[in-house]
Amino acid sequence: MSEDFVLQLKNIRKEYPGVTALKNVSLEIKEGEILGLIGENGAGKSTLIKTCSGAVIPTSGKIIVGGKEHTHMSPQLARENGIAIIYQEFNNVRELSAAENLFLGNPIRKGIVIDRKAMEREAEKAFAQLNINIDPKALVGDLTVGYQQMIEIAKAIQQDAKVLIMDEPSAPLTNAEVDSLYKVCELLKSKGVSIIYISHKLEEIFRLSSRIVVLRDGEYIDTLQTAESNVDELIRLMVGRELKDTFPPRPPAEGEPEVFFEARNVSGNGNKKVNLKIHKGEVLGLGGLVGAGRTELAQMIFGAVHKTEGEFFLKGKEINPKSPREAIDLGIALVPEDRKRHGALLGVSVKNNINMPIYKLISKFSVINSSKESVTTEKYRQELLIKTPTIHQEVKNLSGGNQQKVILGKWLAANSELIILDEPTRGIDVGAKFEIYKLINTLVENGKTVLLISSEMEELMGMSDRIIVFCEGRITGELKKEEFEQHLILKMASDVQEDEE
Amino acid sequence: MKDIVIARLKKSAIWVVLLLLVVVFTAANPRFLSMNNLFTVARQVSMYGIASIGMTFVILIAGIDLSTGSIITIVNVMCAYLMVNMGFGMVEAVTLSLFLAVLIGTLNGMLISTIGIPAIIATFATQTIFAGIAYLLCGGTPIYGFDPRFKVIGQGYVGPVPVPVIIMILCFALGSFILNKTYFGRYFYAVGGNEEAAELSGIRVGRIKYLIYALSGLFAGLAGIVMLSRTNSAQPTAGLGYEFDVITCVVLGGVSIVGGFGKISGVIAGVLIIGVLTNGMVLLNVSNYTQMVVKGIVLILAVGFDTLQKKRSIG
Repeated sequence: MSEDFVLQLKNIRKEYPGVTALKNVSLEIKEGEILGLIGENGAGKSTLIKTCSGAVIPTSGKIIVGGKEHTHMSPQLARENGIAIIYQEFNNVRELSAAENLFLGNPIRKGIVIDRKAMEREAEKAFAQLNINIDPKALVGDLTVGYQQMIEIAKAIQQDAKVLIMDEPSAPLTNAEVDSLYKVCELLKSKGVSIIYISHKLEEIFRLSSRIVVLRDGEYIDTLQTAESNVDELIRLMVGRELKDTFPPRPPAEGEPEVFFEARNVSGNGNKKVNLKIHKGEVLGLGGLVGAGRTELAQMIFGAVHKTEGEFFLKGKEINPKSPREAIDLGIALVPEDRKRHGALLGVSVKNNINMPIYKLISKFSVINSSKESVTTEKYRQELLIKTPTIHQEVKNLSGGNQQKVILGKWLAANSELIILDEPTRGIDVGAKFEIYKLINTLVENGKTVLLISSEMEELMGMSDRIIVFCEGRITGELKKEEFEQHLILKMASDVQEDEE
Repeated sequence: MKDIVIARLKKSAIWVVLLLLVVVFTAANPRFLSMNNLFTVARQVSMYGIASIGMTFVILIAGIDLSTGSIITIVNVMCAYLMVNMGFGMVEAVTLSLFLAVLIGTLNGMLISTIGIPAIIATFATQTIFAGIAYLLCGGTPIYGFDPRFKVIGQGYVGPVPVPVIIMILCFALGSFILNKTYFGRYFYAVGGNEEAAELSGIRVGRIKYLIYALSGLFAGLAGIVMLSRTNSAQPTAGLGYEFDVITCVVLGGVSIVGGFGKISGVIAGVLIIGVLTNGMVLLNVSNYTQMVVKGIVLILAVGFDTLQKKRSIG
């Protein structure tokens, strides 16, 4: 039986400190088969495919390829066994030609010089094989994303790939390009290449795959025969269980909702004519796929990126923050998605992080009032239960949850009123997540207004009073608390509309 | 216990090196440790010390300032020109020259922060420009003949302590005060640690860069004034190559070239090591060229040690 499979993953488990990313996931793929792999953000798809390339070393489990069992892969072993991954970020050099990219790292040589002519000839053949029309001499940077992807695929085939893994290949493509992608996939399939195709877009999965593997929360859920399945079943399996009681209850907002913040016809940073209102004391959730424009909107509200069109209103007054500093002074705070790169100053102490936005205020003639500095720090350390040996500890030595609390503390110290939380619990273990949720409730109880961006469906539904869904820079739907349903949000989030222009 | 001792030693490795050097040079030539010679060492490094404050700030935010030497030169020439050729008083001439130094620093800040030219290129360009202007201003010949009171800054003494050493100590104190007690210091570390996160924490990173390069210009200018007073004549090559010695002192003192980490106390040690090395080798009659070789090797050892430590602590 097992000799039919070109690649088998058996009971793959991957543990990170505090989190189990994969719980005994198994998967196998036959020669010349297209296997769909689906699951929500954070379901473990990426981690799983990275075990195939050697980028992630599984904690336990077996990878069977080429008739041999391995405990883990290495990039070299993966290449020798013909496993290639097309990531969302391409590994190309924009300044080199298509042909040179095709032979990157392994150029055809004549003695010690590169044989450009031969490479161009071979590249032409390789492209012809895939029925794609690319000038081997063209610079990759000048090609469209679709062609760049084709070069990646051609490169994999050139290196004799037998199993091609594609991570959301259609995400950056236009509709016409997606069609060529389908054609190439089918062509490769007919040549005996196996493809693992990851996508959020279920129509693609139905169009291409013969079987579908569903993951959820790092667990293997089911394998379906595509012909016998349907969209509703897939969504149900992806989303799975009912909302459990993992979210601390919060009394509903009282009284007439007062509009606290409003965006009118805001465009820019990838967003098109966004209109939304946030009421005082509510948690407004923003749903959508990664890259749908939610983070981009947050950046504009926070003054980190400038809008090109439209207006923002705060408490009825028009505001136009041109820098984070201006936004902070208006009472707006952002807890960014990438905690380590944008959120916390890792090499700086807890004390300095928390006081960073208010240093000027607690200084006289530029000299910091160090007792105020310590008092503020201690206050938020206790209120937010930040676990740190001392307030002088560098933030990089704290756990993810505590780092996030330090960032929140910073904004509470700055007396922010509108707090934008962008994926606040990403990479944080379950216990700490619950604490963050409780903190969000405390914020609201203290009269703060929260804009919550989350790709975790449960979190979004569990914490929000209202949800607005984004898709490709537009708002595609709005749901009141009683209307929350996962499949509704998912449908709105993947509501791909043709450009009217 | 042993671990603690080792950790302490690693932290103060630079001071251990300094101590070792002093011991070695004293053994080789007991005159080295005389009070007189120690003050000579301090006086010799005073200009490095003064300029190193600004450079410390610059390197703290992961920048670099290659214009330091040229600023020293042009301050020399400008101040002398104002006093000798234009009849300005001492105070006015010094003030105007320092103002020019700040202006050049601000120009660096603009090129780097507003236009976005990499610091190494921007300050290299201003280095070339102002070295050239200094030549043009003095016509390639030295300017001399100052008010005799001007000598006090570079050659005077308060008791046994040379005035430039006092200026250097005041600068170190000021630098340490800025870094530890003012909010600017916190901003410098934050910007050096992570520019993006600093901006998102409400720091106007662009303005901080202006400020830092302006300060770097100011401290270089101050070093230039001290130098002019010491040599009592303005040379069109006065500060040639000075920036590299200053950078060496700062980096030797443990200020991380990738930004975000470093202290004035370390820089003091770095400055003293360069002073002791130079002075000690002169006493031992080591040739100028050999001295260059030794200084280069010391720099590699110091930074190499530091880098390996960090690599190990990460790995």
